[in-house]
Amino acid sequence: MKTTDTTTTPAAANTGEGAVIRCENLQRFLGKDEGRVQVLRGVTFEAKRGQVCAIVGPSGCGKSTLLYQLGLLDQPDAGSIWIDGELMSNTSDDLRTAARSRHIGFVFQFHFLMLEFSALDNVMMPMRKLGRLGPVEMEARAKLLLDAVGLGQKTHRLGTQLSGGEQQRVAVARALANEPSLILADEPTGNLDAANSTLVFDLLARLAKENNQAVVLVTHNPEIAQRCDVVRAMKDGLFV
Amino acid sequence: MMSPNLRIALRFLTARKRSMFMSLTGIVFGVGFFIVTQAQTSGFEQFFIKTILGTNGAIRIQDKFQPSLFTMRGGESEANEGKPGFSIEAESSRKYVEGVEDPARISEAVRRFGNVSGVSTVVQGIVNLVTDVGTGDARVYGIQLDDHLAVSDLGTQIIRGSLADYRETPNGSLVGSVLAQRENLRVGDGYMLEVGGQMRRYRVSAIYETGVSDIDRVRVYLHLSEARSLLKKPIGASFLQVNLFDRDRAREDARSMEVVIGHAVSPWQAREKTWLAVFSALRFSSAITVSTIILISGLGMFNTLAMLVIEKTKDIAILRSMGYTRTDITRIFLWQGVLVLIGGVVLGWVFGALATYGVSKIPIRIRGIFTSDSFVVSWQWEHYAAAGIIAAAVVLAASWIPARRAARLEPGDVVRGTAL
Repeated sequence: MKTTDTTTTPAAANTGEGAVIRCENLQRFLGKDEGRVQVLRGVTFEAKRGQVCAIVGPSGCGKSTLLYQLGLLDQPDAGSIWIDGELMSNTSDDLRTAARSRHIGFVFQFHFLMLEFSALDNVMMPMRKLGRLGPVEMEARAKLLLDAVGLGQKTHRLGTQLSGGEQQRVAVARALANEPSLILADEPTGNLDAANSTLVFDLLARLAKENNQAVVLVTHNPEIAQRCDVVRAMKDGLFV
Repeated sequence: MMSPNLRIALRFLTARKRSMFMSLTGIVFGVGFFIVTQAQTSGFEQFFIKTILGTNGAIRIQDKFQPSLFTMRGGESEANEGKPGFSIEAESSRKYVEGVEDPARISEAVRRFGNVSGVSTVVQGIVNLVTDVGTGDARVYGIQLDDHLAVSDLGTQIIRGSLADYRETPNGSLVGSVLAQRENLRVGDGYMLEVGGQMRRYRVSAIYETGVSDIDRVRVYLHLSEARSLLKKPIGASFLQVNLFDRDRAREDARSMEVVIGHAVSPWQAREKTWLAVFSALRFSSAITVSTIILISGLGMFNTLAMLVIEKTKDIAILRSMGYTRTDITRIFLWQGVLVLIGGVVLGWVFGALATYGVSKIPIRIRGIFTSDSFVVSWQWEHYAAAGIIAAAVVLAASWIPARRAARLEPGDVVRGTAL
């Protein structure tokens, strides 16, 4: 069921029932001295399991900054973030890093594959760090994920030997590697043609639904946004 | 199973193959040259020590000294009826009596030291050596052959003639090779020694060569009794030459002997301190010079890794987003340094060993403080360890700074494009 929510709903955010991720009153300043700008002005947001949420808005409105805050890649200047009910904002770097490893998968606009490694190695990379599976199980799961994104025949190709769409599909498989409860995607289709955009989004949405994972994606693409369960629009550092 | 950090480090290494190869080559040459220069300087030093120990022994006991302690008194006062309140024992400058008065007693005392392997009584004096060619200065050393063979390498220094002939001939003598050449003396030839207006005839039983030209040019060995008679020294000795099982304990043993026997005792390190200081300075100087090669390759390594950090900021950010900690990132870059270091040091050791072997085969004629017809090298594991330690210190320091910089990158800044 699709809902389009253009207003902040503090009541829903405060309850947080079933929310994989929840943030309250997030504030973030960037720059120094006279160039200091408030990018997030007290954002409250949540995403539930199985939900695909889109964050839309003009460039510079704070969408990506919010996404990095939710992904614990950046610390807020004020406000709180919970992941699976655990308060993660203002914790140590090691705790936030461990939380990323266990709970979060990222897909970036520019795939950020490690080009010296094969597709299989790229997908196994987060699994190797988490160390939950043995080498054989890790390889089997990586092959399964690559198969799921349609790259079962190209597992041993290096990143440089794959097309842009294929690289982004490897990035999707990598984001799903540790079975995270939350997938954060920063314009995952922003660098792809229409056909590949649809393919990548469908993959992301389908696999997240199948695994009951929450997806929060930032997009400029209205067609992609329309296909999400929840759409939140941002302007000047706030949901509108 | 290979750690994820090591696996990533190995792949990153291939990202800048040429630069890494240059750094590796620098370390190989640095380590190799360090080893070969140390092997040479140590080799010559060891050879010199062996030569002087084989010629002059580890310890020499010479002049007797008189007790030099005196008492200073002070603190006289009316309260203690003009008697001294305190006294201090102090050492004044020593007064020496030339030679060893009772060599048999001193020898016996010295032999009781556990580290002493032999003692030889030597009577020496300056004489004129007269031959058909002319007259020249010489220094007579009167020795008991068996005693002296126990404290020197005289037995192996004979290059012509034989010790058996010397042993059986009362007026036999052992003549230094340079002296023999200068005076045109051959084995079996006769010559005269003159001292104090007295002349005696001797026969060349053998010609020796120590390699130390100062010795080979003047020294003539005679039987002790013959030397006593010639030099008119019927009792006593000029000095005692002592050999030790462990030559490195010579200083300690010399100090103990001085206390026990009341004679000046000089260990080989004190006697040869000038040459030893020269060798030490040469070794240190060559170590510093060659270490600059390692230092320069370390700078190259630093540059390569610093560039790699800039190139790999996105990879670092993605690793951080996947749960790799700052420590993991530090380790990934340190591993690269360690891998280059291990490769460089191992190959450097092999190169150093091969170069050392090659250098030892280069023919070179050395005469003066010792005699050698090729480069003398010393195979010591310490040279390999020192080269490895220097390379490790330089490479790890060069890797640490870029590694820390990589670890400090904020993944949020990188993906936002504001990092670096």
